[in-house]
Amino acid sequence: MRNYENVIYAYIIMLLLIICVGLFQSWSIALTILNYCLISAVMTIGANIQWGYAGLINFGIMGYTALGGLAVVLVSVDPVKKAWQVGGLNILGSIWIIVAIVFITRFILKRFGKSLIRNYSIAFLIIAGVILIRVTATPGIEAIESVDPAVSGFLGGMGLPVLMSWIIGAFLAGALAFIVGKIALGLRADYLAIATLLIAEIIVSIIKHEEWLARGVKNVIGLKRPAPYEVELQKTQWFRDFIEKIYSNKLELINTIAQKKIILNQLIIDASSIFVKLCFTSLFLSVVIILLIVTQKALYSPWGRKMRAIRDNEEAASAMGKNIVKEHLFIFILGSAIVGLAGAMMVTNDGLFTPGSYRPMRYTFVIWVMVIVGGTGNNFGAILGGFVVWFLWVEAAPISLFLIDLFTAHLPETNMIRSHLVESAPYFRFLLIGIGLLLIMRYRPQGIIPEKIIKQ
Amino acid sequence: MDFLNAIIILFNYTLIPALAYGSQLALGAIFVTLIYAVLRFANFATGDMMSFGTMFAVILTYYFQSLGFGLGVLPTALLTIPFAVLMMILYMLIIDKFVFSYYRIKKSPPVQFAMVSVGVMFVTQALIRIIIGPSDRRFLDGEKFIIKATEFKEMTGLAEGITLKSTQAITIIVTLIVVSIMFWFLNRTKTGTSMRAYSDNEDLALLSGIDPKRVVLITWVIAGILATIGGVLYGLDKSYRPFVYFNNMLPIFAAAIVGGIGNPYGAFFGGYVIAFAEILLTYSYKKFVAYLLPSSLEPNSLMQLLSTDYKFVVSFSILVIVLLIRPSGIFKGKTI
Repeated sequence: MRNYENVIYAYIIMLLLIICVGLFQSWSIALTILNYCLISAVMTIGANIQWGYAGLINFGIMGYTALGGLAVVLVSVDPVKKAWQVGGLNILGSIWIIVAIVFITRFILKRFGKSLIRNYSIAFLIIAGVILIRVTATPGIEAIESVDPAVSGFLGGMGLPVLMSWIIGAFLAGALAFIVGKIALGLRADYLAIATLLIAEIIVSIIKHEEWLARGVKNVIGLKRPAPYEVELQKTQWFRDFIEKIYSNKLELINTIAQKKIILNQLIIDASSIFVKLCFTSLFLSVVIILLIVTQKALYSPWGRKMRAIRDNEEAASAMGKNIVKEHLFIFILGSAIVGLAGAMMVTNDGLFTPGSYRPMRYTFVIWVMVIVGGTGNNFGAILGGFVVWFLWVEAAPISLFLIDLFTAHLPETNMIRSHLVESAPYFRFLLIGIGLLLIMRYRPQGIIPEKIIKQ
Repeated sequence: MDFLNAIIILFNYTLIPALAYGSQLALGAIFVTLIYAVLRFANFATGDMMSFGTMFAVILTYYFQSLGFGLGVLPTALLTIPFAVLMMILYMLIIDKFVFSYYRIKKSPPVQFAMVSVGVMFVTQALIRIIIGPSDRRFLDGEKFIIKATEFKEMTGLAEGITLKSTQAITIIVTLIVVSIMFWFLNRTKTGTSMRAYSDNEDLALLSGIDPKRVVLITWVIAGILATIGGVLYGLDKSYRPFVYFNNMLPIFAAAIVGGIGNPYGAFFGGYVIAFAEILLTYSYKKFVAYLLPSSLEPNSLMQLLSTDYKFVVSFSILVIVLLIRPSGIFKGKTI
């Protein structure tokens, strides 16, 4: 047993905090927070692989998260047959045009030497291609979007089970990371950060505005779930019996049968929502544990040592015959795929896909804060960072309300400063996270649980 | 006559808005580039710092309006800029003292600086939202138009008119003044030269007796002026909304890199490149073409390359292309 004491303590404190929320607010809220903590943990594992193992700065986490979410829609929603009939051909045609453009460009790049004519011809090809795509796609898109616009107006998905989408989301994100990595990985660290940030923004705006794909800002609601629905659960006999058994002591104290029934119903309704959340929790927890085991094994394998060597001294690693470009690309794809998985998990948990909600603040920078605060290069640290920062992010508003009340208690209710502060309580989370990040960067740059290099 | 009408359409819907938007981006881009050249990091708090300066201008505008001060036809906000700039510089210096200076002395890698600036971004954003709230605010007063379309039509007898908003004219004029003073300062004065020397080769500059603290101070002062003025001009032209300012950071970064990061001339130029590309590629040329072609050939479609939803995508794609073909930017980057 290695020296894991402080890790265990940190996790126990975190668990106690969540239990506190359960006791003082409600168990439903506590479980929601826990689920999101687990999802954040998956994201931080992905980001940590890129930043902690390889030193690649990826500010495009939002893009991969959104792509993972898109995968849920594309995989699990039933196909809209009518939309395929009216516009499917046009869309397929434009996809073929895109593929053709890519291949012709590749051909030109390979076949001809570097010259101005080559650049111009590629530019001409792309512009002509864009116009051609617009001409082919526009009638199709218009037809698709006019199919039942209130509830569908998009092509729909493949109608497969939703858990499949987690894998496909990871694949999609990985594929995107391959393209982005080919373009941007040669750049210096801060250029890479900016480039990935902007590319993520491009992806999200495409998802937002291409309504034939996933309804764009009109959102997709009522996605499939890997867990039972509350309403159905409330009708199942075994669940009702189960709840009755748990609360039998309490129920015995109530005399009238009618009242007993009402209270039992209320208990069942509460318990069903908690049960569903527990289902999600167990799913997410198993994902986190599997990822943790795999990444931990990888970190201490020869491959992990190679990555650390590349991170710490690129020139030396290169001199030892390691292919740095290839390794960077591989780890970039791996990390992004895990982030894509997390994005799919999150949309599954919410049951709805809202492209408008993808903002770099929440999906890129907060995740980065998690990795930095938790401990770069250490998976336990990254996961803990996900838990701590998400917990603060959610609970910052109640905490700051409490503090505002405490400090302005001597002021009357109608005082302008007090009411203004109470009104802006939700924004204190930014302050808390920002100051937390600055303090950690200054006084404990290696994070709460620092990287541990085990000598072998 | 048709030809003239076509030109005027293009002038009215692309050239004027692009010049105004480009000026706003240019000021932001020079701010980014200056921080990058002298302090050597990509400042992710750019948008929020601009927003912070603008916030003071908005609050002071409301205050002055309540006192009855004003500039008549010009917006009151112009009067508040000097005060807002002072507050902004003060804020930047405080941030520098408590946050950035530690890493500068430690000579931390640029990535660490970038992460620290993310922390500053969070704090600044929180302060803005706590002080003024996230809602949309308009603080433009005074005369709204210099030339109205109807007046122009009457004057010239043409079918198409030119609209020149006062904010657009103010933006372009103020930008030209500020930028030319700044270039004069950087190139002709001793302090400016010392800043360039510091940016070029820090050790050599220190050897020749340049005071690094002074260089950093001056950089933040110029940065504060640029950030506040850029932010106020954008807010006057569109409206003041903190979230939009955060998003504006992205085309500003694109402009700075396209022009060659670290090079103020490049950043100035890059701002216009991004603005013109965004507007020209998303503008619908239907009316323009209709004037030029005989009526039998009039186009049915909108004649638009990309829908306006993809405004940002255009600038980012330009950035990606530039990074691929010429990573140092159009002008050679990294010296001021």
